[in-house]
Amino acid sequence: MSFDNVYDIIVGLTPEGLEWLAFIAAGGILAFAVINAVVMSGAIYTWFERRALGRFQSRLGPNRWGPFGLFQPFADVLKLLSKEDVVPEPADRVVFHIAPLFLAIPVLLVFAVIPFGEDSFLGRLNVGVLFIIGVTGVNTFGVFMGGYASRNKYALFGAMRGVAMLISYEVPMALALTGVALAAGSLALTDIVESQSLFFVVTQPLGFLVFMTAASAEMSRAPFDMIEAESELGSGYHTEYSGIKFAVFQLAEFLAPIATAVIATALFLGGTKGFDPIPGQVWFVAKTIAVVCFLLWFRATWPRLRVDQIMAFAWKGLFPMSLLNMFLIAVEMQVFQDDAGVIPNGSLIVMAAINWAVTVATIVIFAHLLGQRRLKRKVPVPSPLANMAEGG
Amino acid sequence: MYGLGLVKGMLVTLKNLVLPSRRFTLHQYPDRKVGPLGLAKHKGTNVFSLALRSPVQLAKSMVGLVSVPDRYPQHPRFRGEEFTWYEERCTGCASCAKYCPLGIIEIVTDPSGQDMQEGQKYGLEVFDIDIGRCMFCGLCVEACPYDALHMGSGFEEGRYVRNELVIHKDRLVSASKRPSNWFRPQLEGRHNDPRGDSDVAWQEAGRHEKPSVSDQEERWAKR
Repeated sequence: MSFDNVYDIIVGLTPEGLEWLAFIAAGGILAFAVINAVVMSGAIYTWFERRALGRFQSRLGPNRWGPFGLFQPFADVLKLLSKEDVVPEPADRVVFHIAPLFLAIPVLLVFAVIPFGEDSFLGRLNVGVLFIIGVTGVNTFGVFMGGYASRNKYALFGAMRGVAMLISYEVPMALALTGVALAAGSLALTDIVESQSLFFVVTQPLGFLVFMTAASAEMSRAPFDMIEAESELGSGYHTEYSGIKFAVFQLAEFLAPIATAVIATALFLGGTKGFDPIPGQVWFVAKTIAVVCFLLWFRATWPRLRVDQIMAFAWKGLFPMSLLNMFLIAVEMQVFQDDAGVIPNGSLIVMAAINWAVTVATIVIFAHLLGQRRLKRKVPVPSPLANMAEGG
Repeated sequence: MYGLGLVKGMLVTLKNLVLPSRRFTLHQYPDRKVGPLGLAKHKGTNVFSLALRSPVQLAKSMVGLVSVPDRYPQHPRFRGEEFTWYEERCTGCASCAKYCPLGIIEIVTDPSGQDMQEGQKYGLEVFDIDIGRCMFCGLCVEACPYDALHMGSGFEEGRYVRNELVIHKDRLVSASKRPSNWFRPQLEGRHNDPRGDSDVAWQEAGRHEKPSVSDQEERWAKR
């Protein structure tokens, strides 16, 4: 169901001259449906993530409430709802209250422009990619407001680290998406999905890698979870939050991987494209789940980076890589595209081959430039005590 | 090459995810999921007779919906929560209350009690233990001169209300007598198993026979 279908139905029911009301009603209905579906999938995702993380780490995860522990998220939400909503006495009250919304609303807004199927989407925005970059940038404010307003040193530390990291990683993410926009010739997500006769993950592997790395930093999960590094900062910017506000923070945190996976699916993995008998919506969801599982696998495996390593990786690693990717795509578009502005299939394969070679070379070069030097072990100086046993 | 360590680590976690033999390193305390074979073993039969008797439960166990109680073997000297107390052995001397570092044992006596063997003793009106503040050091048990108070062996005493954590005299009297072997070598010597299903009578809980009235009088006469 697209917005146009719903609008047509409602316009037929409304009297003449009130089309604007039908417009608002249709948008409201679709937004209600999408937000509910997204939040419910987020709730189920919390269960899935905790169970899968348990399996990864040889333990069980939540398994008591309901079959396989499936009702655990609802129990969690009920518990958080019934808890006291504590506001610290020296806190900046207004900022403290609205900070969770600054994290939760941008994640939900991302889903407004996502084409879930060939004909099912909320809005055909002609600047979709720009919208996504702008809207996900807002959560930086949420992190800093939460940390600053709590008047807690650990929260402030977490927020300062977080802002530095989030701003740094927005740059390579936006540049990686520029490659996609260049190749598709449009910023609308529906057009980008349609233009992928060969998926962009095949033709732009470097852009995909940079995007996934930067996006997993943007959603501040392991290995980039230094915003809320539990072992160092309590729990970072939401240390002082409790009750329903904490639930909203958790919601935003658990919706972030879904949003990232959805963006990656639409922009790089061909969105709704697949074999014919299976409908596009199913393809979209299946690809999303696959990306989510990969993100979960990363989280389960890799340890957290240090602060200086994270910043160095953003500015010395991902930033030049994304510039190189953008330059490469731009040159290839100029060389390969025909008069209609489309790259023919034969040239696409050549393009993919060139890009894969460049990607492997880039990763090897950057790994050698940025990787830690192996320490040269000194020849041990013989200690005078070493000979005591022999009486020397 | 640099960066291969990331892939290596991911293979390790993948191995944990996929291989069933590496699934759990924890003991599953209240119960554990069983498949058809485990269920049959738990019921003491084989799969085929189980399929005839309760096919629904067998089908449930195939999709992982059946769990059987499971607990880790527990040491007989465990200092558990529900104290075992023998009114017949207790004289109301309140040594336990004096030795308690937290002062959570409340004893009220009156001089009207009857000892089973000796005649008069203190009768006990109140014997309350507030296990909400107890740290299970066992000093009260060590202090008891008549082996009347023993540690228990359980730990599933969670309550929703703080008041219910106080063990009153009625509950101590009516509780089943499963004393822990903590500081009671005589119980250890008799191979007492606190998690077994036989109670220990008050005559058997002491470290020696209680002297009879005539023995006591003989001893007094010698002084």
